[in-house]
Amino acid sequence: MATLFGSGIKRREDPRLITGAATYTDDVKLPGLLFAAIHRSPYAHARLRSVDVRKARSAPGVVAVYTGADIKDRVTPVPCAWNIPDSDLKVPPHPLLAHDKVRYVGDGVALVVARSRAAARDALDLIEVDYDPLEAITDPERATQAGAPRLHEEVPNNIGFTWKVSGGDAAQAFASADVKVAQKILQPRLQPTAIEPRAAVGTYNAATGQLTLWVTSQNPHIHRFLCSVMLKLPEHKVRVISPEVGGGFGSKIPVYADEALVGFAAMDLKRPVKWTEDRSENYKATIHGRDHIEYVELCGTKDGRITGLRTRVYAGLGAYASTAGPGVPTILHGLMYSGAYTIANIDGTVHGVYTTTTPVDAYRGAGRPEATFLVERLVDLYAREIEMDPVDVRRKNLIPKDKFPYTVATGLTYDSGNYEAALDKALRLIDYKTFRAEQERARREKRYLGIGVTTYTEICGLGPSQVAGAVGFGGGLYDSAIVRVYPTGVVRVYIGVKPHGQGEETTFAQIVADEFGVPIENVEIVAGDTETTPQGWGTYGSRTTAVGGAAVKLAAQRVKEKSKKIAAHLLEASEGDLEWKDGRFVVKGSPDQAKSFGDLALAANVAWNLPEGVEPGLEASAFFDPSNFVYPFGTHICTVEVAVETGEVTILRYVAVDDCGPQINPMIVEGQVQGGVVQGLGEALQEVAVYDEDGQLLTGTLMDYAVPKASQMPSIEVDHTVTPTQVNPLGVKGVGETGTIASVPTLVNAVCDALAPLGVRHIDKPLTPARVWAAIQQAQGGAR
Amino acid sequence: MTQSLTITVNGSAHTLEVEPRALLVHVLREDLNLTGTHVGCDTSQCGACTVLLDGRAVKSCAVLAVQTDGREITTIEGLAPNGDLHPLQRAFWEHHGLQCGFCTPGMILTAVDLLDEHADPSDEEIRRGIEGNYCRCTGYQNIVAAIKAAAAELRAGATAGATR
Repeated sequence: MATLFGSGIKRREDPRLITGAATYTDDVKLPGLLFAAIHRSPYAHARLRSVDVRKARSAPGVVAVYTGADIKDRVTPVPCAWNIPDSDLKVPPHPLLAHDKVRYVGDGVALVVARSRAAARDALDLIEVDYDPLEAITDPERATQAGAPRLHEEVPNNIGFTWKVSGGDAAQAFASADVKVAQKILQPRLQPTAIEPRAAVGTYNAATGQLTLWVTSQNPHIHRFLCSVMLKLPEHKVRVISPEVGGGFGSKIPVYADEALVGFAAMDLKRPVKWTEDRSENYKATIHGRDHIEYVELCGTKDGRITGLRTRVYAGLGAYASTAGPGVPTILHGLMYSGAYTIANIDGTVHGVYTTTTPVDAYRGAGRPEATFLVERLVDLYAREIEMDPVDVRRKNLIPKDKFPYTVATGLTYDSGNYEAALDKALRLIDYKTFRAEQERARREKRYLGIGVTTYTEICGLGPSQVAGAVGFGGGLYDSAIVRVYPTGVVRVYIGVKPHGQGEETTFAQIVADEFGVPIENVEIVAGDTETTPQGWGTYGSRTTAVGGAAVKLAAQRVKEKSKKIAAHLLEASEGDLEWKDGRFVVKGSPDQAKSFGDLALAANVAWNLPEGVEPGLEASAFFDPSNFVYPFGTHICTVEVAVETGEVTILRYVAVDDCGPQINPMIVEGQVQGGVVQGLGEALQEVAVYDEDGQLLTGTLMDYAVPKASQMPSIEVDHTVTPTQVNPLGVKGVGETGTIASVPTLVNAVCDALAPLGVRHIDKPLTPARVWAAIQQAQGGAR
Repeated sequence: MTQSLTITVNGSAHTLEVEPRALLVHVLREDLNLTGTHVGCDTSQCGACTVLLDGRAVKSCAVLAVQTDGREITTIEGLAPNGDLHPLQRAFWEHHGLQCGFCTPGMILTAVDLLDEHADPSDEEIRRGIEGNYCRCTGYQNIVAAIKAAAAELRAGATAGATR
């Protein structure tokens, strides 16, 4: 029987999505539903002199208004769940509603609950808050300097933590190096912009004491856990349902004050309550990503051997430590400073800094794009310094395929890789030598073509729970599945991860259908409801298939083992005499003596005739805890032409060769790569969150924040190599974030390569025409 | 204060009392429970709320409900009334033109209008034609492929219809 593993079959989640039949959180309707709206601070930093909600309380349709003072003794602050060790981390309290100070534009001050969405919104305007404005500080480096305003009394210099990573002897490597290159790199703040804004619906059953919360969540079990803490409810009295989720990209990992506030209001009013942010609210109240100021340097020999890398990074945390905030610029960033290379000496320091801005947390790639960007930019700067082709420098320093598993200087052990194979394939696809020749010709005609190469690896498939504990992650990182077989042989699989666009309702069903030899139509994947799904840790960090998929595989194998026992019993044969063939257990040598999976599902579930010691029913659960992270890798190459008169960048071709191990569904893998690359090209070319001096978010609407449009983006040429991992039984690695990790330095390297003859060395993102043009003028010594 | 409104949505007539300030998208979602039309922004950029108004794509967040009095609206729920998917719906499915699905209804309805205007658009024309609809998941590549495939199918269907 042909296997479904490896087949690009159409997605099973699509029929409901293309007909409008899916239920997203804002689509949930309940009898007697009330609507919430949140008054948010228009100031970046201010003391609250008074919050007067009397007019709002008596406004038409308003049911209740709560201030920070009203609720502070009834709830606990928003927790930070990644308390990185060895770092003097300070996590100041983050109240659900501010009651002494506001610390960013968008900080919640009061909650209105009304009979209609419009009435709730109208009442916001009747709230009178007397703000005593304080100085804002949005730059994470300047925030650490003398004279900067202090956000939290208990955090001097606004430094939330200082975290270090080192391996080898970087000081010695730099002291003795022939060649050194250094660069200040800005990795500006980004706004994730899942097209579905966040929402929550709460309903409380006073008789049972159970709160049900529908939330736009990538990780409903984490929401259950942290909401139960904030609301002081026992965890089993909180049910979280994450229904259809319209994109996350990290922004729906964190557990926010807003979601707990909806639960609080539903409990207090004993009425269902819904809150849905609009886009402008989303841009202020939903986490941002990146926000690094980096001072980085690399050293090596004259002939292209990289010997050391050093960093000093100011990473903005925003006003409060978000759920995974401290872990992103440290564990997920600094530990990846070796990139895909054998860099023996590494020394990094990351300061996590509070600023009067929206909290910063995981955004697609989360720490690894920032690491890959700085490493890949430094490699190119180094290649230019020693006048060596950047591909040759990379080839010379890539971890060789026979060295895996390979432990890098930062202490991580990469599982498997064949980096040169991916590099060679990408070079062939782009026809590197031909392009270099064309570039030469074009330069003679004063046309500026460039080619950018990134050879990356990244850490994902998060991860071993023991390591999660050791690095301060406030939960496990195993994942889980229950495979339940019905008497008629159809199957439901309940999973702890929560796909929201990545297609695991299809890929996981492919795994199960293969295991049981049943049509895929007989398998259904269920996710998102903590009432039915086993404890899991959610969908992020490209972990869903590598960890959750492995749990599905293990649970299915357990079901099959049990069904084999029953088959042997019914066929009066020993298990050793049975073989699995075309969806049936067959007695070897007697093809007529067989039991199909359907036969065994019925036999197990009716239990009329089971072997001694075998329990009725046919289901199994599995909790899979991987032995290591997985490290997908690849090479991305981009060619560009830059119009030097205008600074406009045109992408000529973009080739992505990624290796995520064996692909369960190549169509879905390609979709992940295409989407990730374009998201990264948005970061490289046009996206940036901008605050003014007063801490006002100037990119506060979708009119101002430059999400890529179809007309602005190229088609991506996607290919792959296949190098399995030993870390999980499927051999698979994650591929959800490789696009944003690899594409940003690829594009920037290409543009800097194009402009090398003009003396342009580095341009900070995003590479808008204005910035590119200014960089050219500056390099040419002209006025800016 | 409310105002009376009569609209035909997906072939059914509805008479409603709405606030003059009510947006079409809110009336569709909240009064008519047609939640396949989504809201992704508040500045008419994202296009998730796109519906057909008298056959033309409009962003229903930028239309007051009262402006649609007496007119016909098609939402994603009305595109395949008999359960047979529209060629664009089929093509989006076939070509993996969606991931999270949130932008998809609006994207498909914009594409309906686009193919009404241009039966055989180039990739570039498709990309320009859908630039008012944001997708954060797919990178647009498979959406373009899907629209192109649906265009071919619709043209083949039109030819078959003409020669019949």
